[in-house]
Amino acid sequence: MVGYTEALTDPSYRGQILSFTYPLIGNYGVPTVQLDQYGLPRAFESDAIQVNATVVHELCDTPSHWESSKTVNQWFFSQGIPGIDGIDVRNLTKRLRDRGVMMAALAVSSEVVDQEPLFKSLQSSALYAETELVSKVSVKQPRRWKTGSDTVVLIDCGVKYSIIRELLHSGFSVVQVPYNTTIEDVMKYQPAGVVLSNGPGDPKTCTDTLPLVSELLDREIPTLGICLGAQLLALAAGGNTYKLPYGHRGQNKPCTDKESGRGYITSQNHGYAIDSNSLDGTGFKVWFVNSDDTSIEGIRHDRKPFLAVQFHPEGAPGPHDTAFVFERFRAITRTTIDKR
Amino acid sequence: MKALREEGIKTTLVNPNIATIQTDSRMADRVHLLPVRPEYISKILEAERPEGIMLGFGGQTALNCGVQLAKDRTLDKLGVKILGTPIKSVELTEDRDLFKRKMSEIGIPVPLSQAAYSIEEARAAAKSIGYPVMIRVAYTLGGKGGGVAHNEYELDEIAKRGLALSLTRQVLVEDYLGGMKQIEYEVMRDSNDNCITVCNMENMFGMRIHTGDNLVIAPSQTLNNSEYHMLRSASLKAARAIGIIGECNIQFALDTKSDKYYAIEVNARLSRSSALASKATGYPLAYVAAKLGLGYTLTELRNSVTGVTTSCFEPSLDYVVMKFPRWDLQRFGRVNRKIGTSMKSVGEVMGIGSCFEEAIQKAIRMLEIDEIGLSGNGAEANAIVDPEIIEHHLTQPTDDALAWIVTAIRSPMSIERISELSEVDPWFLYKIQNIIRIEKELKVYHSKRDLGAIEPLIREAKRMGFSDRQLAFSLGISENETRKLRSSFKLFPSIKQIDTLAAEWPAKTNYLYTSYGGDQDDVDFPPSKKLIVLGAGSYRIGSSVEFDWCTMNMIWSLKERGIENAIIINCNPETVSTDYDMSDRLYFEELTLERVLDIYEKERPEGIITCVGGQTSNNLTPKLAEYGVKILGTEPVNIDRAEDRSKFSALLEKLEIPQPEWSAFDSLKDAYSFAERVGYPLVVRPSYVLSGAAMSIAWTPAQLERYLVNATRVNPEHPVVLTKFIRSALEIEVDAVSDGESTFIGAIVEHVEKAGVHSGDAIMSIPPKSLNSQATARLVDYTNRLAKALVIKGPFNVQYMVKDEDIFVIECNLRASRSMPFVSKTVGVNLMNLAARALLGEKIPSFDGPKVSKVSVKVPQFSFMQLDGADTLLGVEMQSTGEVACSGENFHDALIRAMTAAGYRLPRKGGNILVTVGGSELKEQLFPLVEKLRLLDLHIHATEHTADFLNQRGVGKVTVLYKIGEPDRTPNIAEYLANQQLDLVINIPSTLTLEKYADTLEDEYMIRRKAVELGVPVLTNVETAEAYVDGLLWLRKHSPEVALDPS
Repeated sequence: MVGYTEALTDPSYRGQILSFTYPLIGNYGVPTVQLDQYGLPRAFESDAIQVNATVVHELCDTPSHWESSKTVNQWFFSQGIPGIDGIDVRNLTKRLRDRGVMMAALAVSSEVVDQEPLFKSLQSSALYAETELVSKVSVKQPRRWKTGSDTVVLIDCGVKYSIIRELLHSGFSVVQVPYNTTIEDVMKYQPAGVVLSNGPGDPKTCTDTLPLVSELLDREIPTLGICLGAQLLALAAGGNTYKLPYGHRGQNKPCTDKESGRGYITSQNHGYAIDSNSLDGTGFKVWFVNSDDTSIEGIRHDRKPFLAVQFHPEGAPGPHDTAFVFERFRAITRTTIDKR
Repeated sequence: MKALREEGIKTTLVNPNIATIQTDSRMADRVHLLPVRPEYISKILEAERPEGIMLGFGGQTALNCGVQLAKDRTLDKLGVKILGTPIKSVELTEDRDLFKRKMSEIGIPVPLSQAAYSIEEARAAAKSIGYPVMIRVAYTLGGKGGGVAHNEYELDEIAKRGLALSLTRQVLVEDYLGGMKQIEYEVMRDSNDNCITVCNMENMFGMRIHTGDNLVIAPSQTLNNSEYHMLRSASLKAARAIGIIGECNIQFALDTKSDKYYAIEVNARLSRSSALASKATGYPLAYVAAKLGLGYTLTELRNSVTGVTTSCFEPSLDYVVMKFPRWDLQRFGRVNRKIGTSMKSVGEVMGIGSCFEEAIQKAIRMLEIDEIGLSGNGAEANAIVDPEIIEHHLTQPTDDALAWIVTAIRSPMSIERISELSEVDPWFLYKIQNIIRIEKELKVYHSKRDLGAIEPLIREAKRMGFSDRQLAFSLGISENETRKLRSSFKLFPSIKQIDTLAAEWPAKTNYLYTSYGGDQDDVDFPPSKKLIVLGAGSYRIGSSVEFDWCTMNMIWSLKERGIENAIIINCNPETVSTDYDMSDRLYFEELTLERVLDIYEKERPEGIITCVGGQTSNNLTPKLAEYGVKILGTEPVNIDRAEDRSKFSALLEKLEIPQPEWSAFDSLKDAYSFAERVGYPLVVRPSYVLSGAAMSIAWTPAQLERYLVNATRVNPEHPVVLTKFIRSALEIEVDAVSDGESTFIGAIVEHVEKAGVHSGDAIMSIPPKSLNSQATARLVDYTNRLAKALVIKGPFNVQYMVKDEDIFVIECNLRASRSMPFVSKTVGVNLMNLAARALLGEKIPSFDGPKVSKVSVKVPQFSFMQLDGADTLLGVEMQSTGEVACSGENFHDALIRAMTAAGYRLPRKGGNILVTVGGSELKEQLFPLVEKLRLLDLHIHATEHTADFLNQRGVGKVTVLYKIGEPDRTPNIAEYLANQQLDLVINIPSTLTLEKYADTLEDEYMIRRKAVELGVPVLTNVETAEAYVDGLLWLRKHSPEVALDPS
């Protein structure tokens, strides 16, 4: 119901068709790009619509909001991204729930669409699960965002602007670097810590980033992994990840902190998860679990300055209940600096 | 209570509401039908010594009572722990100053407000706050005297008036938030500080209208992500700072042009909004709140909808919910129909749809106010209305506010302009415009008759919630033809589940609704022993919790009798029957012919039960029967014999049972000659009557003419019935169940008030207090004969009038009656259980006559205080909005308890009573009563004429109080009322209370109205006053400590 501009511009959705379970999309339109105090656009998580297409029940063509400048339809049209409305999204959700996420094709035409060639092209197209997508959504050149004295290097696998915003808000300066940056280049920035961002696809396809993560672990650089970043951290530490039959996507996903027993509402968007059995001997232990299916939603190293969450502590779309994760990371970088 | 019982905890419930399911023995281990007042509760606590007490589930009454018990340390002394939100936190939410301070402390903005004691201070306050400002008058109820000032001139006007009206000569000048959005969040928090919001809701008319009178949409529709989460975070922060354990509701005002917001208030208890949120999301708020009160945490509890997922989650909605209030203001003489910051509605419905248009159109039909949707009601025929009039109505909303928006859109006025005037967000207006657009497109086909080409448009119309009748109206065909046309397109609604997770997890829930926004049913319809029970729809005057009791008890009884699938259709979010785990399947749906047939055709049950949901479901009986639907119970032909006046009259003649003289007319001339023959007064009504609506008593030919014109306008298809009104007759009701052969009489119930006061407004006594055994035997005999003759199978109710030796039948209703829960609980025999047997074709077991050792009295509950301007006089139209009942060792005892429970404050010893009686006949009649007042050591005050009369008759020490209309003469009634110097007002108008519709005297109206507004009890009926005073005398002699007000 809220957060469609944020979700549709989230680079983690690259390569996917996004269907909304809430039936009315576009009620408050799409705002013009306005930059906040850090120079980051509000209400958008990247500079373009990232999904390949979207599926909704009803698209609002008469939005109402003081910030609205166009309809969702106009926005999609201007970026050349297709979508479909009038779909029984509940029915679609049930099918996805039962059979898992699946490949799909959408044809846009003013004529009646011939389905046969569409099915054929679907069969011959590359599977989402095997496609490396991170390189398509990562920055090409480092970008700097300055506020604080301590610098974090953000490994951009398709980062959401709100993660940068939260890091800046915690008092860091941020250097956003490409997914395939080398450890040497990272170290040049004398980072207080490194953040592994969210991003699309199977973490195991991120062969250009995993070596860097291993280096970070070896050097015990304070590292925070978010979403895909969490999976990369687990893989680099010797753990394993697997594809969820039906991923966690939404802004009301309940998580439990294994240590305190506290429950939090989190924003999630992941189709892969860390295998809890694979963590033995890695030094990592389970921090958060999904309260519904008990899959891993966060891990922490028991001695070293590594932590990772599978959910999105920055919300956007979604709640800010777990914004303390950034504070925790900030505190870890400070202790590490003090130790040095 | 479900939540507590699961834990093996014994519960005692205190609630004097006899009609609700909560006071069934099934729910709590012990039930006290006693007033929720500290003096009663402390007695119960002393006797039962419970470990804990829960205050958050009984509304404001229970919360206030609990705060008092905590403050006077009763709870501490008795070692009773408060479960749930602690008292200190409750105080933070109830005390304006503490609340403001707390919110400021945690950085949540609250609206500016300043007290002023003079015009100058008010001006200064307004200047510092900035115009427009809202002026509230301190200590007057219902927002009286206040208003919105846009400039100093307006401020002076309003403040002058306000200062004069205020008891403390104080007005509050506040930032006017009328143009802001009104957004609510329902928050749950546990003792481990886990905190979630279950749902948010948006009020369509923004801050301008009280949420109880607003059109409420869940989830919010016009907020974006950052606004939604900004307010959500503020909700969690506030709940934590206040220290809520359990549930609370938080209200915000949000600007429409920026992200500025204010926290308005926090309700630290289950509220009307939380009940709505619970039904809107499927999240069992009350159940979980009870568990949290016991110390459980949200993370420990499971989501009962899925059985596997956690309760520490926020529901996903994949539909839109629209709450629509039901007002019934037209029933009240002189009432102000404006709606604003004080609530006037009596009930509500909730429409669920895949889009806003579907939800709102469903909700409108659910109200049962003769609207078939937002359009298609003929309003467009006379659509050209003066723009000035439209603008006036947009800025001054009444219970008709939505209709004026529709009129404005049609007129056509621009959406921007309508939004500006009505403060309704354009988003909603555009959606309403969609509905009108579809209607216009449909109209094109009206004459074309080319119905084959219309399929896409019909599909779109159905998706937007158009009913078959609405389509029929626009297309110029019948409802049945529309249904057939729709069938030929294979266009049927799909059945959707409300599962709290938007289908992401498999759900076990049987909470269902229908929608044309889907292409697949969520559930299967396997054949089984299956029955559908129709519920009662919205609470309204004349149909309230009692029919929910009937519905639920029918469901339970059917289950006991081996029905595998007992299905409910109902649309009232305030009921137990719409709790999703109370039946095998719940369809939260319209009780319209179209929708009931839709569900019937999907489910293919063995039959439908229409006789327990009051008039709503009963009215569907003949229509459903026409479609070949199997209706359980009395044969339709016999129902018709009871409902058709002439047929029923013929039956009574055949059975030699007397009836008052009556006749039906469709011409005025015949009506007048009948009136001349039998004499006035006469009861006038359309032949089909619901709870006295459009029913009147005519005392003169002139009145008769007026009413005939009104009544025929109300129901043009039916003739008008005139019945001889028998003055000073006793009114008796019999509630019974028959299986076609033998009849079980639950109770003979006597009205305290003489005939002429609607049965729903009368005080009732079981057993009857003035009938002799001969009369009783005849009543039983008549009832039995009627049941046999009509081969009644199921519950029924017969109304009688008794005058001296004569007994007349007034009417016989072949359905559950309003008083059945009262009767069932009093005599200890569940009439619905017997009715279930009769409906299923079984014999009802024979009983010895029920033994009732105690006397039970039922007292109506009125809401006159909230209804600005409404007169308190009773008449043939029902006006009460609820009821309470208490048992006692005799009539007096029971009556005093029940009246206390209904909020009548007992007079203090040596207190003051005002007696004002019109006409010498009544004065004579009341003389003995005044004598009794003296015995009670009460000081008698009277208006001039009444005082003269009393003095002449030797009643000494009568203080004269002058009328409100003569403000210069003192001592004045207004002043006494304002200073709370009067304990009771007995005001019996000129001739008889029955002359409500004759011109009532202005002075007397002013006395009643003022008294009601200031919370002073008013009795306006001779019999009520006599019974009450007798009760007080008894109390004085026997049990002074139990029921006396400690103040």
